[in-house]
Amino acid sequence: MENDEVLVKVEGLSKKFCKDLKTSLWYGVKDLISGVKGNKNERTLRPKEFWAVKDVNFELRRGECLGLIGHNGAGKSTLLKILNGLINPDAGQVTIRGRVGALIELGAGFNPILSGRENIYNNGAVLGFTRNEIDNKLEDIIDFAEIREFIDMPVQNYSSGMKVRLGFAIAAQMEPDVLIIDEVLAVGDLAFRMKCYNHLMNVISKNVAIILVSHSVVDIMRLCNSVMVMESGKPIYLGSNEKGVSLYNNLAKKENLYNPNFNVFIRENEIENDFNTEDDITFDIKIFSNFKIESAKLIFHLEFSSIRLASISSNYNQFELNLEQGENNFEFTLEKTPLLVGGYMGKFDLYGKTLKDYYGTSNTTTFNIIGPKVNYEGLGRSQIIALNHNWKKKN
Amino acid sequence: METRIYKKENSLSFFKLLKGSATDIYKSRFLARQLAERDIKAQYRQSYLGIIWAFIMPITTAIVWIFLSSSGTVQLSDTGISYPVYVFSGTLIWSIFKDALVMPTTSTSSARGILSKINFPKEALILSGIYKMLFNTLFKVGLLFILMIIYKVGFSFSLLLFPLGLLVLVFIGVAIGLIITPFSMLYKDIGKIINLGLSFFMYVTPVVYAMPDKGLMKTLMELNPLTYVIGITRDMLFGGSFAYLTPYFAIVLMCLPILVLGLVWYRLSIPVIVERLSA
Repeated sequence: MENDEVLVKVEGLSKKFCKDLKTSLWYGVKDLISGVKGNKNERTLRPKEFWAVKDVNFELRRGECLGLIGHNGAGKSTLLKILNGLINPDAGQVTIRGRVGALIELGAGFNPILSGRENIYNNGAVLGFTRNEIDNKLEDIIDFAEIREFIDMPVQNYSSGMKVRLGFAIAAQMEPDVLIIDEVLAVGDLAFRMKCYNHLMNVISKNVAIILVSHSVVDIMRLCNSVMVMESGKPIYLGSNEKGVSLYNNLAKKENLYNPNFNVFIRENEIENDFNTEDDITFDIKIFSNFKIESAKLIFHLEFSSIRLASISSNYNQFELNLEQGENNFEFTLEKTPLLVGGYMGKFDLYGKTLKDYYGTSNTTTFNIIGPKVNYEGLGRSQIIALNHNWKKKN
Repeated sequence: METRIYKKENSLSFFKLLKGSATDIYKSRFLARQLAERDIKAQYRQSYLGIIWAFIMPITTAIVWIFLSSSGTVQLSDTGISYPVYVFSGTLIWSIFKDALVMPTTSTSSARGILSKINFPKEALILSGIYKMLFNTLFKVGLLFILMIIYKVGFSFSLLLFPLGLLVLVFIGVAIGLIITPFSMLYKDIGKIINLGLSFFMYVTPVVYAMPDKGLMKTLMELNPLTYVIGITRDMLFGGSFAYLTPYFAIVLMCLPILVLGLVWYRLSIPVIVERLSA
């Protein structure tokens, strides 16, 4: 078996959806009929339709893991549904080699009245196991789910955690070539998530191609080789984890409008704004004021995924800030920026003498820390802040 | 290694689909049985009357008509055998046909949750529906035999054909049901119209009374293909005249291509339904 064979090939994949239910159902009838005739025409948008997935391309080889990130409604789940063969694309093509497993819905086919043991057979059958396979795996499943004591109790009396554990335990028995995962790592308690994570690491080591949808940046960084960032159905980035995750972090604040009177941008590589940990990052601040402001204050805010990490006032360094009527220019430098890989946002508030005299807020600038690579396996610095530190042996 | 290609369905051939459908039916035997077992178990575990619910409808209809007939409210033409047995056998055969007709829709509809999440052979839904129906039918037929003994209806050799007749009946129902299912999944109206239509249709089919010798009803019944299907199935039960064997075989032969078409159509339309119902 070759190690680098392409298992998943996606070419120009697009899918449209309809915004209105009644229209959607009517289009459904039309599609049913045109499906029989074999609709060879290129599909264009009909009224009230939009592209839920537009022009997605990627290739995935054995042993690779692709992370799909993007905000709700970006088209990730739709893409997974197409890859899983549940719905047909409107353009483009997917070629998948080998057995496909999907961790999308845990415990599908469970009946609440029946016992856990009976439901292992139900869910197993839906996932494509034979009776013999389930017989053989039954003990493993019960042990993995850690519910031996309750295995003959109706599933409706299980806690939600137990249900999820049982569902995952059954699904974990799949031995696919291509594994599609949608957010299942996000459920259950911490201990269970660790178990899922370990299982996935194990799966990856068996040379399976994985497509993982997750909102957890940490999971993506840990498991994936590359990421695809999606926004409104379109893939806006396909490449390294670091850059992709940064872009994703910064998508949140994109709506922040340009303020012509109070304008900030980052110097140098102005388009990409990519830096490494401990680089100096300089912001150019341009303020157009209609009047003079004496002893003003600029407060810089640093944010990560809508969390405010730090705020610094110009007052702290006793920087004398007087605004003239007309254009004023300042520069602000973050020295040896102690941030790890990710996307960050900076913006400035302008105040007068006191915090009661608020004049305005600048546009939000975004920058990416794209290196050095963060090691999430306990062998390096990880998460957000680069702490400088020392180890010393004491007698 | 198996290679799957997903693209818009512009180059699918009928025979490829049919072959896919046949393989999936074969491959999904265990899944279908498991789903049927699950539903039957769950149904009876949460009920004391259990299987009785399967009889209630045919029995109540039968009782109403026995009352109408014995009280002289309606004058019915001679049925040739004891009227209660005639009515019960009629309503029972009718209820099996009706169940078969709506089964593809109910089966598919109740699996909506997993249809949009997991890729499994969809034909299993139809197969498990047939299993469930056969299970219920077993009890219904048992009750019918008991009635036949009580009313001293003579058993004939054609009775051996009756299981086959029922199977044919089920397949005719499923064939038509499969054609309707994609539409009734999209629009609830279709299911309601079918239900309404069937309750009218019952009265132009020899279910609770035999075909009269003359008049409008006779013409209507003769136009109704179900007359022959129900009639012959009942003839198998009582060793009747088998008067309409030719139209019966014509209908059965016609339903064969419909069933094949229905399976292909069902397979083709599931992605469209999933897309429209759970996007």
